Amino acid sequence: MQHTFIEILRRALDEELARDPAVHLLGEDVAAGGAFGVTRGLAQKHGSTRVRNTPISEAAITGLATGAALCGLKPVLEIMFIDFATLSMDCLVNQTAKYRYMSGGQLAVPLVVRTQAGAAGGAAAQHSQSLEAWFIHVPGLIVVAPSTPAEAYGLLKSAIRLGEPVLFIEHKRLYTMKEELAEGAELPPIGRSRIARAGTDVTVIAYSAMVQSALEAAQKLADAGISAEVIDLRTLVPLDMATIAASVSKTHRALIAHEAVRNGGVGAEIAARIGAELFDELDAPVLRVGCGFAPIPFAPELERALLPGSADLVRAVRRIMGLADKTRE
Amino acid sequence: MTEPTLADWKAMYAALWRIRLFEGQVQRLAAAGEIPGFPHLSTGQEAVAVGICMQLAREDVLFTSHRGHGHVLAKGSDIEATFAEILGRQNGLCRGRGGSMHLVDAANGVLGATGVVAGNLALAAGAAWAAQAQGRQNISVVFFGDGATGAGAFHETLNLAALWRLPVLFVCENNGYAEFTSREEHSNVKQVSSFAAPYGIATQTIDGNDLPTVFAAARGAIEALRRGAGPYLLECMTFRMAGHYVGDAQQYRSKEELAAVHEKCPIERLKRYLVERGVNQEELDAIGDRTRNEVLRAVERALAAPRPDPATVLECVYRAPVFAAIPG
Repeated sequence: MQHTFIEILRRALDEELARDPAVHLLGEDVAAGGAFGVTRGLAQKHGSTRVRNTPISEAAITGLATGAALCGLKPVLEIMFIDFATLSMDCLVNQTAKYRYMSGGQLAVPLVVRTQAGAAGGAAAQHSQSLEAWFIHVPGLIVVAPSTPAEAYGLLKSAIRLGEPVLFIEHKRLYTMKEELAEGAELPPIGRSRIARAGTDVTVIAYSAMVQSALEAAQKLADAGISAEVIDLRTLVPLDMATIAASVSKTHRALIAHEAVRNGGVGAEIAARIGAELFDELDAPVLRVGCGFAPIPFAPELERALLPGSADLVRAVRRIMGLADKTRE
Repeated sequence: MTEPTLADWKAMYAALWRIRLFEGQVQRLAAAGEIPGFPHLSTGQEAVAVGICMQLAREDVLFTSHRGHGHVLAKGSDIEATFAEILGRQNGLCRGRGGSMHLVDAANGVLGATGVVAGNLALAAGAAWAAQAQGRQNISVVFFGDGATGAGAFHETLNLAALWRLPVLFVCENNGYAEFTSREEHSNVKQVSSFAAPYGIATQTIDGNDLPTVFAAARGAIEALRRGAGPYLLECMTFRMAGHYVGDAQQYRSKEELAAVHEKCPIERLKRYLVERGVNQEELDAIGDRTRNEVLRAVERALAAPRPDPATVLECVYRAPVFAAIPG
C-alpha cells in the first residue's frame, strides 16, 4: 500500500510515542494536527500531555524542549517552517548544540526538531527557505534531510532514538509524494548516505527534494548516453564522505545539487572536501547547482525562474562532461 | 524545611563566606592572569544564592547565569572541582570545556550556567515540565538579573510556565544594573515583579541582602511549587559590590552609591542578626577562619590540578564513539 510523506511521518511518530513513554510531541498546533496534518489524531490517541500545543513562542518552546531533554524526556519539537527557526537560533546554537560539550559530557540533549523547508506553491520569501547550511556550521547538531516517504520513516525513527539534538528537515514539496513502505525493514543509521541510482560517468550528490530532481536528470542523461550516479546524502551532519569518495573515485566527476542558495551552501562544503581529498581523482571541476542569490519570490513565474530543477542539473552535468551549450533544456 | 535552628543560620553564615572568599580568589587569580576569559562576580549578592539554594533537594534542578558561582556553591557543588573548572583544568566540573560562565554539575542538580542573558529561563521551564510529566515532586530554579527582562524569551517563558503550571521558581536578582546600564536607563518598569500579574504568576519583591528575609520568602515559594501551585517569581533587590566583570572600573557608578557597600553587605547583616541572637564574635570569627581555610585549601588543590590534554579537544561534541569516525 502506498503512503504519502505526511502519513508516513505520522506513523513513525505514532509508533515512537507508543514505544517510548519519554517521547513527547510539542509545537504550535500539533495537538490539532499541525499546519500540514502530520500529527493529526495523535493527541486523541496518546493524550494531550504527550502531544501538546504551545504558544507561538519559538524561543521559549525550543528552550523548553531542550531543558526537558536534559531531564529525561525525548521531545520531538515541531517548528512549523524552518524560516521560524530563526527565532529558535539562540537556544539551538548556544544551548542545545553545546550542552554535551560545555558540560564535559555530563549531559546530553536527546531532542528532535522537526521542521519543514523549501519552496512550493507561492509560499513566498518567509515560508520557503532552505536554511540547512546555517545548521551544518554548528558543532553538536545533527542535520537530517530525507528524500522520500520511506526514507523519512526510518530516518525519523533513528533520529528519535539517537540521543543527540537532531534538526530533521522535511521538504513541503515531498509531503504529497507517495511510496510503498517495506514492513519490518531495518532502520537506516544516522550518518550513512545511500546510492539512489547507480552510474559510472558522473556523481550527482543531493538531498531532500533535490534527490527527486537528480533522479529525473539522471533519466534524461541516460537517454543521452550519460550514466549518472545519484547519492542521497540523507544526513548533512555527519557527512558520509566515504560514500562520496567511493563514487567520485569511480566516476571522476561530481555535481552537488541543492535548493538552498548556492552561496555558502552545503555544496560549497562538499566541493571543498572533494577538492582537498579527491583532487587526483577529478577529471573536471566540481560544479554546484543551487538557488540564485535572491529571496524566494511569490509569483509562480518568478518562483519557477529562481528554483533549480532537473534541467539545471542536466545542463551542469553536460558542462562537466565537456558537452556544454549544445542543447537548451 | 522547618524553621532554621541557630546551627542552620551559622551554616548559612559559613556559606555566605564560602562564596565571598571563593570569588575573592577568582578575582585575585583573574587579575594575575591565571584564569582565562572574564569571570563575573556575585559579591554582595550571596544572600540570594544561600537563602534559596540551601533549601533545595539534590534532585531539584538549578539553572544560573554568567554570574553563577554563588548559586553553584550554595547548591553544594564541590569547591575544588568548581574552582578547577574556572581555572580550566582537566578535573574541573566540565573537564575545562565550560569555565566560569558554563558551570554544570549534573549529579548535584546544577544543570547549567549560561552566558546568554535570558537564555536559561526556558531551559528551567523545560526541566520543570519534565518533572511534571514524569510525576516527580522536584522543582526547577532559575536565577537571572533584571537585565534579562528586556529579552523576549523572559516573557515567552513566563507565559508558558504559567499556562502549563510548571514547578519553576524564577529568581530575579535585581542589582539595578544590566551590565553597565542602570535599570532606569533600560526599562520604565521599576519592579520586575510587575511582570508577573498579567500571566497570573505569584510574586514578591524582597530585600535580597537580608538572608532571613530571602530564606522565609523562598520557603513559602518552594512549598507552593511543590504543592503544584504553578510558577513563582521572586524578585530579590540586591547590590552588586563588584563590577560587571573582573576588571570593570565601574565609572558609571557614583562614589555615594558604592559607599553603601558596607551597609548593604549580606554578611555584615547576618552577622548582626546572629549577634542579636547571642552568638559571640569569637565564634563568628572562627566560622570565617574555618571557611577561609577550606576555600584556600581547595583553591590550592585546584591550582595543582592537571591542565586538559589538547588531544582530547574534539571529545564530547557528540556521544563517543558513535560519530568519532565521521567528522562533521
